Amino acid sequence: MKFGVLVSRIRVEEKLLFAELEKRGIDFDRLYDNELIFKLEEKPFDYDVILERSLHHGRALYTLKVLNDWGIRTVNTFNVANTCGSKFLTTQAIIHHGVPTPNTKLAFTPESALQAIEEMGYPVVIKPSVGSWGRLLAKLNDREAAEAVLEHKETLGNYEHSIFYIQEYITKPQRDIRAFVVGDETICAIYRGSTHWITNTARGGEATNCPVTPELNDICIRAARAVGGGVVAIDVFEDEHRGLLVNEVNYTMEFRNSIDTTGVNIPGKVIDYCLQVAKR
Amino acid sequence: MATETKTAECPECGNAVEVSEKVEKGEIIQCGDCGAELEVVKVAPVELALAPEEEEDWGE
Repeated sequence: MKFGVLVSRIRVEEKLLFAELEKRGIDFDRLYDNELIFKLEEKPFDYDVILERSLHHGRALYTLKVLNDWGIRTVNTFNVANTCGSKFLTTQAIIHHGVPTPNTKLAFTPESALQAIEEMGYPVVIKPSVGSWGRLLAKLNDREAAEAVLEHKETLGNYEHSIFYIQEYITKPQRDIRAFVVGDETICAIYRGSTHWITNTARGGEATNCPVTPELNDICIRAARAVGGGVVAIDVFEDEHRGLLVNEVNYTMEFRNSIDTTGVNIPGKVIDYCLQVAKR
Repeated sequence: MATETKTAECPECGNAVEVSEKVEKGEIIQCGDCGAELEVVKVAPVELALAPEEEEDWGE
């Protein structure tokens, strides 16, 4: 068994994953993304499976493409990373697989974006297509705020920030759900509670256990399949009228706050899944 | 049993920062003196650098 782990930094999650590999007596290599050089005409190396844990979406994406094109199995795959790394592609995937999600609009100029926002009605949430940890999300409560943010995004950002991804604001019960899917199973979930409208634990959201109901399991499995499957963390809103709505899907999930909270050995499940992929 | 430690110089303030013998390349630690976030860039011997600022594509 030749096992590799693509890393940028060694965080709590990586240490827990390494410990699970050591527990199983599996030798593994740490592949630091800042040291990689790919000669694209040649297969770079041989591994039975590589677990992707890079901090950088860009480095992860390009590395996975090289590896998958040479037939090297990875968790997750390039296609999953490509879809999940873009909020737009994720929304497209889940809409076209019939998974409920908040209403979303796309526009390409500040003028058309403002029109889209006004038609949707305030408040709305505007998000960068690529980004994580709740960075650069803006809740726009009125026209003045919308005009200001749209102008700033067009002036200060690269072209990606002028692709305006606009989502209806969901009035949440001061929490959302983060569910962890490994293969065909929602292994556990947490509520992320916060009085702030952004509930990411990276932004101070507090984790408590969330029971995996058949309804939650179903929507999460469908969302995971929509983006290509594997090991993903699904962010779910509870809407008073429509029930569960999938907000985002993350492909390099962080889970340090969720092991004790749920009592589930998340890194153990991830490594078990990687070993299954290695045998395919 | 107490964890074995070794020291390395903080690139920000010159303090001798204690790190675990088992420290891994790529770990982030904090200087106890100046509070700077430091990245372990080498382990034998341990070498520390200022941790990079969060980049736009970092995340999950």
